[in-house]
Amino acid sequence: MTHTSDRLARATQESTHERTPWRVRLALHDIDGITLLVVPAVLFVLGLFVYPFLYGLVLSFKPRAGDFLANYRKFFSDPFLYDTIYATLRLALPATIINVLVSIPVALRVRKLHRRRLLTTILVIPITLGTVLIAEGLLNYLGPQGWLNRTLMLLGVISAPLRLVHNYTGVMISLILSGFPFTFLLTLSYITGIDASLEQAAATLGATARARFRHIVLPLLVQGLAVNFCLSFVQTFSVFPSAVLLGAPAGDTRVISIAAYQAAYEQYDASMAATIAMIMGFVQLTVVVLALAGRNLFYRGAAGGGKG
Amino acid sequence: MGQDKTISERLWAVAIWAAVIFFIINFMAMIATVVINSFGTRWLGTWLPAGYTTRWYRSAWDEFQLGDVLITTFQVVGAVVLLSGLFGVPAAYALARRNFPGKQLVMLLFLLPLMIPPITFGIPLATVLYRLGVGGTFWGVIIANLVPTVPFVILVMIPFIEQIDPRIESAARVFGAGTGQLFVYVLVPLLAPGILAALLLVLVRTIAMFELTFFTAGPDSQTLVVALYYAVYAAGVRAGQSIDAMAVIYMITTLIWLLIALRFVDPTQMVARAKQEAAR
Repeated sequence: MTHTSDRLARATQESTHERTPWRVRLALHDIDGITLLVVPAVLFVLGLFVYPFLYGLVLSFKPRAGDFLANYRKFFSDPFLYDTIYATLRLALPATIINVLVSIPVALRVRKLHRRRLLTTILVIPITLGTVLIAEGLLNYLGPQGWLNRTLMLLGVISAPLRLVHNYTGVMISLILSGFPFTFLLTLSYITGIDASLEQAAATLGATARARFRHIVLPLLVQGLAVNFCLSFVQTFSVFPSAVLLGAPAGDTRVISIAAYQAAYEQYDASMAATIAMIMGFVQLTVVVLALAGRNLFYRGAAGGGKG
Repeated sequence: MGQDKTISERLWAVAIWAAVIFFIINFMAMIATVVINSFGTRWLGTWLPAGYTTRWYRSAWDEFQLGDVLITTFQVVGAVVLLSGLFGVPAAYALARRNFPGKQLVMLLFLLPLMIPPITFGIPLATVLYRLGVGGTFWGVIIANLVPTVPFVILVMIPFIEQIDPRIESAARVFGAGTGQLFVYVLVPLLAPGILAALLLVLVRTIAMFELTFFTAGPDSQTLVVALYYAVYAAGVRAGQSIDAMAVIYMITTLIWLLIALRFVDPTQMVARAKQEAAR
């Protein structure tokens, strides 16, 4: 505050001269030596994030052969390529919805714990280890001779081992195992942001747990859940290592990122790879926009208990 | 609130805890399979291996050139941590202290690389890096990894910087400190806990960052997680125990840093801090 008033004072003094120096005029808009510190990082992100994206977009319209739309036409006319969108959505949408829905009751329960640090620490481990390690672990654990199948057979639930790897199920399990902790920690941070006194007030007025959830927590949570859904969806949509290692990369888990990878590193067609990357980004964006539009149908308001 | 009264509420609570425990047990068992297999001599069709040995570690170390891979990993991670601090902290300082026109746009610019998954922007980025001639090299891997970590450091550091009283900086200015001296003698010491937390999170994320390294690494610039991917991908060429020994080495490398990081940050911060900014 004092900075600005100082500067204002200085500026008015100097404006009595014929022209205000440009430094002062810039400083009035909060542009000075300190502001320039942001420039290297901005240039970095412009050069290595925005530029490659635009480069990829332009490149996708410069196919090896044919007119500028040839790559897009090829993608949407070849079932081997366009089916990958369906294969990805078939994994990403259920996995995200399961993770988000299950995370709500668990987070509501965990919120009441006083020492939840141990649980959150355990759940950070799968996120940290990443999908490659989870894929390798699950190959052993879910395999026909793995502990899960052995336990189920010992308990008499099944008579022959279930096929859980190198198919859709394996990738789905890995998406839940690596995705749930991420979704859960986000939901937990949103739920702890809701003022508990709002619920206490409702409980005092005789609302049951179900009614409190339905009429207080859920409306306040919808905003956060929509963002959570988007971030989790974007993560699961870009599944690559587990789809290759745990799935059937030539069959029903041939996801769009595999198609992009093959175009870039097996066919060396940078233009086609850029096209697939752009389509991948576009599908993600569409789902995110739909989810964010959906949340506007719900209540919008403060999650705090204070005034205003 | 708090106490469960009716039977259905209690059953619901039990069901939720059962689900959580089921999740954790399965995860732990999966990790245990990897560790046990890496020490097993032969493990076919039984609950536990026939015998135990440590020789797979020796063979994994030789077969996968883990010495070289580990050195590359630490060089890449060290450079990424250092450079994202050098780019990120000053930028965060400018964003925390100044309200210049277009600041919202700059914030959006820093949010995008965190919200768009690496696999989507990784392929165009790798194409550009290969055309520039740094693709497939050590520096290409570092540059690609910096793309999400610089914005991450900025978004984590802004709230830390906002907590510092600006009068301390004004006092330093009054005594004639330039911006460089201000950073070295005032800001960095005061921000040390925040910088440490941000950089440790960058470190853990970079060790585990698969996609960007995978797209830009050449044969001698692979990090541990990419080497592990190739080993699992070509499973059958090497003994499974050898791959698991490598997986255990990867887990130890990651988890040591995770444990150190968790001394300074709350686990929810690892996913929530930057994302909450996104929600606003």
